[in-house]
Amino acid sequence: MSDPRHDKTVENQKAEASKAEATDRAGDQLPNPYQDPQMGLSTHGDALADYQPSTHPAAEVEHAVEAHQPISLTGAEIVWATLEGEGVREVFGYPGGAILPVYDALRKFPIKHILVRHEQGATHMADGYARASGRVGVAIATSGPGATNMVTGLATAMLDSIPIVCITGQVSSKVLGSDAFQEVDITGVTLPITKHNYLVTKAEDIAPVLREAFAVAQAGRPGPVLVDITKDAQQATASFDFAAAAPAARRPHPMLSASYDSITDAATLIRAAKRPVILSGHGVIKAKATEQVLTLSERLQIPVATTLLGLGGYPASHPLALGMMGMHGESWVNDAIQKSDLLIACGMRFDDRVTGTLATYAPHAKKIHIEIDPAEINKNVKADVALIGDLREVLELLLPHIYQSNAPAESAWLREINESKGESAVRDIRNLPDLGHLYAAHVMHDLWRVTEGNAIVATDVGQHQMWEAQYYRHEHPRTLITSGGLGTMGFALPAGIGAKVACPDREVWVIAGDGGFQMTACELSTIAQEQLDINIAVINNGYLGMVRQWQEFFYEKNYASSPILSPDFVKLAEAHGIAGATVRSRSEVDAAMTQARTTRGPFLINFLVEKEESVYPMIPAGAALHEMIRRPAAGPDPMLESSEDL
Amino acid sequence: MLHTFVALVEDKPGVLSRVSLLFRRLNVNIYSLSVGRSERVGTSRMTIIAEASATASHRIAASLYKLENVISVEDVGEQATVNRELALIKVAATPQTRSHIFELVEVFRARIVDLAKESLMIELTGVESKIEGLIQVLEESGDEVLEVARTGRMVMRRGKHGSRVLGAMRLADAGDAPREPGTLDEGEPTEHRFND
Repeated sequence: MSDPRHDKTVENQKAEASKAEATDRAGDQLPNPYQDPQMGLSTHGDALADYQPSTHPAAEVEHAVEAHQPISLTGAEIVWATLEGEGVREVFGYPGGAILPVYDALRKFPIKHILVRHEQGATHMADGYARASGRVGVAIATSGPGATNMVTGLATAMLDSIPIVCITGQVSSKVLGSDAFQEVDITGVTLPITKHNYLVTKAEDIAPVLREAFAVAQAGRPGPVLVDITKDAQQATASFDFAAAAPAARRPHPMLSASYDSITDAATLIRAAKRPVILSGHGVIKAKATEQVLTLSERLQIPVATTLLGLGGYPASHPLALGMMGMHGESWVNDAIQKSDLLIACGMRFDDRVTGTLATYAPHAKKIHIEIDPAEINKNVKADVALIGDLREVLELLLPHIYQSNAPAESAWLREINESKGESAVRDIRNLPDLGHLYAAHVMHDLWRVTEGNAIVATDVGQHQMWEAQYYRHEHPRTLITSGGLGTMGFALPAGIGAKVACPDREVWVIAGDGGFQMTACELSTIAQEQLDINIAVINNGYLGMVRQWQEFFYEKNYASSPILSPDFVKLAEAHGIAGATVRSRSEVDAAMTQARTTRGPFLINFLVEKEESVYPMIPAGAALHEMIRRPAAGPDPMLESSEDL
Repeated sequence: MLHTFVALVEDKPGVLSRVSLLFRRLNVNIYSLSVGRSERVGTSRMTIIAEASATASHRIAASLYKLENVISVEDVGEQATVNRELALIKVAATPQTRSHIFELVEVFRARIVDLAKESLMIELTGVESKIEGLIQVLEESGDEVLEVARTGRMVMRRGKHGSRVLGAMRLADAGDAPREPGTLDEGEPTEHRFND
């Protein structure tokens, strides 16, 4: 299997062929599995036989947003009119008693509603939507269990700073606090896992609160916001004036201005550094600062290491790109950080998965921390210079102080890093033969090659997530959608749906393990109902792979409750009217991927991969960054590990 | 060391729980907390005293400021401030045993605000050490303290003073504040002001 840049012509032909096919079917609906007699899906009479995927209905309440004078609407109508005014075109939700007035008003507004199968899915879809597009994702649920099902999705968005707005119905204000049917104090429950939340009990408060919620979700360091609206507020009538409901201008943060002195201090450190490394985080993507980070790195030939959530923020094929840092980062990346004399941290928060033990983290390096959230400064790693503010703006201030390097194209520092790569390459699974095995890492590498790195990839959590991060090389921002901070299994499938809804013209791949896939597999039904063209790769090793790996390394191979029995995923897909294929060897990978890419509509590939393979290198939790467990070097059977290697 | 955070917050339901949740999450014990309306309509001023290292105190102040309902936060730290607390103290006293309590109240510049057959109530303002002092003296003189209610410390920064005045006040403050005049970690700044 070779590098795609070496067989460009073949790949180009394939891409052109698929492009031509895409043009052929433009405007053509995907098949409705419920209308296909061969699918034999139970439709319970004709309820879904005529079903068309959700569309954007024509606006019935005309000019509710543009009206420059107040008009009278119900609270439920105000919810949709405000969402429309905020530019929302799609929402993900699940109806129920306390939110029914809102659902009743939906048909009057040009907003598409995607019915999910579980409210957790709605939050992850809104999350994937936001990550793929940069716009605010919206999820809707009823009170009580509908609202509590959103908790995991809110926490996922909170930990990764994703702007979503969740709207929940609530029992009528008269019975608040009385343990009424399906009542739960959701603003209380979600207090620590939302950026902010609101309880709305009056129709006239809905527009101003929702507009403020959108502003809060996006401002500064983004995050999830929950708006809980009582049923009586949805039913009451109030005057609606979109413009007048605009939130007050946000007060500028008193610390959100990098002073001239700190900018010049940072520039002095950067110019004097002999072994600098840029740490490129999620903030690079959020602040759209790729250009600025590129300029900074290229001017002084500074190598760039990336966090998991930062992948795509700096092009992976760039000669200065080192790759992912941290627990499963390549050895040269972590070694470069440990040997560095200056870390320039851009929009990242020195998470424990990135630093290993703090006592020995980058001991020789001074640290410049550019970060929008002042609470992150000195939280884990003490900054020598802290530049607080929007990353892009701060870098724009900093760049005039950084001049083009006169140093030779390849400095001693870059040469040292590049030389250390050679030693790693012999352990790199890409350079190892498969000997008839199917390795997940090979699958990731092949997917990157087949898609030319241009797909949006939503990954779940665990081994496949790390292999994807190592072997799928992301060139562009917002092409990797993954739960980093919370590590939420079951995230990939709904997040991938959200990404596809946000970017219908992009190729979307969902990659999930056999464990995580089953946590939210019910959303296959959503894909079928909405007829979304999503490709799904289940990396099936019969284990909760990362748990098994930890048990192998740290619990004497006591595989307690990590072997997992799964259904036949291809048959499961088939039951939803989704085509699929099972892949057992490397020779079948390309064909299956091509079939998935050329099949109209969703496609699931069940990759039966090596059962007891581990992600290398690995830094044990709490160890120093250079104390890593390495992949055993090539031997007679390169994949067999021996205890000497641990 | 003890840190004093003075926060101007919106006067809305749930704001107190948002603020206290933040301390709970960081596993920081709140030593005292007092809330009341401020000079701005629709806002309250909170004085929160908590035990925290200098680094943690920076995080607390920055995290407090991240709350949507918090308008401004200040860790008044080593600045010149006026600290006061109000206490109501109910003491068991009969008409026969009252008179020596009147003398104590006089010495502490407190007031008697309720007088009943078997008890009396003392109102006292001052720094914590003064309130602790009166309670201790009452107990030492054999009076049974039935009930104590205290507001917790309220803190306000002093106005602009000349450096000599400030220096003198710092010396005076060091004597009556309960905090240890401990040294600061790694030269961390102790003042964190988040004002709009």
